[in-house]
Amino acid sequence: MDYRSPLARVRGLGSAKAGTSHWWMLRVTSVALIPLSFWLITFLNLSLNAPYQKTIEWLASPLNTVCMVAWMLAVFYHAALGLQVVIEDYIAAEGIKIVAVWVVNLSFLMLALAALIAVFRTLLIG
Amino acid sequence: MSTNNRPISPHLQVYKLPLTGIFSIIHRMTGVLLSVGLIFFVYILYAVAGGSNTYAAMQALMSLWLVQLIYWGFIYAFFFHLCHGVRHLIWDAGKSFNRDTLNRYAIIELGASLVLTLITLIFV
Repeated sequence: MDYRSPLARVRGLGSAKAGTSHWWMLRVTSVALIPLSFWLITFLNLSLNAPYQKTIEWLASPLNTVCMVAWMLAVFYHAALGLQVVIEDYIAAEGIKIVAVWVVNLSFLMLALAALIAVFRTLLIG
Repeated sequence: MSTNNRPISPHLQVYKLPLTGIFSIIHRMTGVLLSVGLIFFVYILYAVAGGSNTYAAMQALMSLWLVQLIYWGFIYAFFFHLCHGVRHLIWDAGKSFNRDTLNRYAIIELGASLVLTLITLIFV
């Protein structure tokens, strides 16, 4: 006779957190990033080679602004999700793992905010 | 129950990796690398936002040959990650798991990422 409750038997045997949504969002953002990366490549090429005014004008066109911002939202989310998987796979110590995931998530949130603000600043003063 | 001595993901040191395994770890490495590269992306954005002077300084920095080499390394890493990512999506759909397909797709990925990098180099 096993007196343990079902909860006691499964405790420590695995995860019952939010793994599915994490996995799913990694895929959703990856699909979004495929077409949106065209805008990244174009932007990088312009900003490395084109005159200042041309880059600003390109960025200010509504379609380009929307696609660049969409790329940024998707990419920072995608990077944070992906790095979390890597951390969870290679760091076994629970405490360090949790802190590392927090640091990564907060860092990429900050980077995303910084990138968004840079775009809006460019459009407002450029 | 102790959780400290659980096995962790397949280690690079203890397995002789098949082609798919090598591509898998390169996919990870490029992913981590590209995530770090986002810092450079934000730097470029701020150079653009800062006005024509910071813009010119950024362009001067980016035109150094070493920086150019790193930049194109990132572009290749990006296309590799994209191509292998597409295959992950095919796998997620439950397709192309037999051995012949695995190796053939690996070659296609390698070719496609090189071609995409060349197209970017020549046409963009």
